[in-house]
Amino acid sequence: MLKYTLSRVLVAIPTLLILIIISFLLMHAAPGGPFSSERPLPPQVLANIEAKYGLNDPLYVQLWEYLSGIIFHFDFGPSFQRKDQTVNEIIAQGFPITFTYGGLSFIVATLVGGTLGVVAAIRQNTIIDYFAVGVSIGAQVLPNFVMAPLLVWLFTLTLNWLPGGGWNGGAWPNLVMPVIALSTSYMASIARITRSSMLEVLNSNFVRTARAKGLPERTVILRHALKPSLVPLISYLGVAFVGMITGSVVIDIYFSTGGMGVAFVNSALNRDYSVMMGITILVGALTILFALMADLLYAWVDPKIRY
Amino acid sequence: MKKFTTTMTAGLLGATMLSGAAIAATVQAGDTLAADQTFTYRVLDEHSSVDPQIVEDVTGSELVRDLFEGLMNQDADGNLIPGVATGFTTNDAKDVYTFTLRPEAKWSNGEPVTAGDFVYAWRRLVDPATASPYSWFGELMSIEGVGAILAGEAAIDTLGVTAIDDYTLEVRLSASLSYFPLMTTHASTFPSPQAVIEEFGDDWTKPENIVSNGAYVLTEHVPSEMSVRERNPMYWNNDETIIEKVVALVINDENTALTRYLAGELDRTEVPAGQYPRLNEQYPDQALSFPRLCNYYYTFNLSPSGPEAFQDVRVRQALSYAVDRSIITDKVLQGGQFEAYTFTPGATAGFEVPDVPYAGMTQGERDAAAVELLAAAGYGADNPLSFDVLYNTSDAHEKIAIAVSQMWKQKLGVTASLANMEWKTFLETRGNQDFGLARGAWCGDYNEASTFLDLLTSASGYNDGKYSNAEVDALMQEAKSLSDATANYTRVEQILADEMPVIPVYHYAGVYMMNEKLRNWPVNNVEQNWYSRDLYIAE
Repeated sequence: MLKYTLSRVLVAIPTLLILIIISFLLMHAAPGGPFSSERPLPPQVLANIEAKYGLNDPLYVQLWEYLSGIIFHFDFGPSFQRKDQTVNEIIAQGFPITFTYGGLSFIVATLVGGTLGVVAAIRQNTIIDYFAVGVSIGAQVLPNFVMAPLLVWLFTLTLNWLPGGGWNGGAWPNLVMPVIALSTSYMASIARITRSSMLEVLNSNFVRTARAKGLPERTVILRHALKPSLVPLISYLGVAFVGMITGSVVIDIYFSTGGMGVAFVNSALNRDYSVMMGITILVGALTILFALMADLLYAWVDPKIRY
Repeated sequence: MKKFTTTMTAGLLGATMLSGAAIAATVQAGDTLAADQTFTYRVLDEHSSVDPQIVEDVTGSELVRDLFEGLMNQDADGNLIPGVATGFTTNDAKDVYTFTLRPEAKWSNGEPVTAGDFVYAWRRLVDPATASPYSWFGELMSIEGVGAILAGEAAIDTLGVTAIDDYTLEVRLSASLSYFPLMTTHASTFPSPQAVIEEFGDDWTKPENIVSNGAYVLTEHVPSEMSVRERNPMYWNNDETIIEKVVALVINDENTALTRYLAGELDRTEVPAGQYPRLNEQYPDQALSFPRLCNYYYTFNLSPSGPEAFQDVRVRQALSYAVDRSIITDKVLQGGQFEAYTFTPGATAGFEVPDVPYAGMTQGERDAAAVELLAAAGYGADNPLSFDVLYNTSDAHEKIAIAVSQMWKQKLGVTASLANMEWKTFLETRGNQDFGLARGAWCGDYNEASTFLDLLTSASGYNDGKYSNAEVDALMQEAKSLSDATANYTRVEQILADEMPVIPVYHYAGVYMMNEKLRNWPVNNVEQNWYSRDLYIAE
């Protein structure tokens, strides 16, 4: 297990490197640059700016400067757009926000979705099952860009209970709507995955054996059925978790949370190379990390999987 | 089109000494002040910087105008009034300006604001090491020696700006420029604190380090969420300032911002396109629409890479005539925008909207003329005209492009294929003359017609249609040294109406929802250069 983990970590390094190089090249291939604007800068002014940011060097020099900055100083460079901030500062400011609402959404989605899925499977083809499936389908078909304005209309404009947006240091009234809006569609997926995998497990031989031994249903579900039914869920949760904690553009835009999702999209639109690269690397590293954790969890839930 | 009475700014009058009281928040008769003097408004995006020489966006400039104060300010109508300078004198050639600074002006750390602070800031603006995106503004101001400094061929101390003593600043220009003082209201010309910048480097703009000389100081900045500025007790006119605290909330989506405005979280926000009539009916005291110093147009690609047909002036006129501007302003945008038949907005100071022939025709007459012109140019059912219309991805641009292309289709049988592109790609494509017809828009850098008309001179970097007319070039060159260039601008607009290198579509309106208790918002300042120190909140 340790050897496997180490080898995966080692593989992660070239993977990240390839990700960086490809993103870097793609980004520079896109038309326009960070300083192209409606009002074209006089050539001399543009040359001075490019010299300051090293954008007049050959691409491989820029790439090396960038990589060495990260490796030797953990410095992701200055933002070209927000000139009062560095990329490190932008991520340090945006990531905690995204992590907070994303993490909470993950917990809510997993608990509610998992429970709905399990209950629906146990009470298959009863009114409870139909209700659970109905709720999850409803949540699935209501995308968050529809959900968000509906929530604002209800809680802010009609009931006047919650602020219409802002972060306010992550105070709970500011968190409620982002968490609901972000978690619902994930919750629906989790409920459906849990339900179908639970059904499959409940119909397997070892569960029949457990019941035949006369174990109470509660023990059958919790002790024997739940853990193996988690395998398909884990592979989904790994990806979903990274997606949630690295930000949602929709949530950031509708609730003005100031998270990383909108920073990422804006950096791409503005050709703010350094910010875009910084966030790409962060998302890439987290994806690799959680894919590894999911793989390790498999071994825990399913004794048949050994590394 | 509505005609605006515009006041020529004192700065344009020549060698006169301008002096007088600076404006401050004047409380209207019958108003009592609210206990809480906090002004909260929406900004579209995180500001680029609050460093006067680095800032390049509108949001950032609004902050900088509160945090710093330049030589001159604008009043509620956009007229030039004293700032740190109490006034200025100039010579007959209008190429040397001498500003007198007020001795009571102080930085927020109590140090006096001196002429040396301006010399430092202006040198810093054009210093290649600063790499300011607005260093070209120094060139626009025609300060002596700018070109060589920007090219790195001369030392920054060769810039034509000298502190004669602590309170006298002399500026030498390389050309006669009658509207020079107007340009000192631009954020990039504001002073910056040398000692603080040298101590903290790039971090000097952080709230804990920043020292500024305006009515407010930056007290809090949560990137992507908000920035807070509060009263600067050291400001020389602090006694006459009323607003205590100004909060700018970053809200990317204007519909979200409107919702939060309606929920009472904001005192000001923009109205999304098409919603003004409804809001104006529901909240007549809060919905505002007023002219802005911006135009919206389509530019013909007249370069060799453009469509052959556009070389024929009759085709250009036909396409322009067939655009029913009233549909765009009254049915599509619905925010009190103005139909445009000239390139320069009628709201521009000192600009008299000339009588261009097609503006006086009815739309029916224009349509009939358009059909004739296009037929005369040899286009019709047997030889249909088709071309691309390029615009950047946005709801409003798309609606306008669809409307206009339908007008051409129905009236002239012309096929205009719409091509939208993401912003930076659009700029690159348009800049490379890889288009037939392209959307363009411009907001004035200063309140004078040349900020628009210069765009259509051969040398302009923004002339993406590559229109070139020697007479226009000469008239615009001559206008720079005239104290009254109205005749030149009129002639240029007439040439433009004849040759139609661009299709003017509409002139902007600022469309806001504004707390009806917020007073003194400068609706008549077409550049929307507002200062929080002029505002107050009534009870």
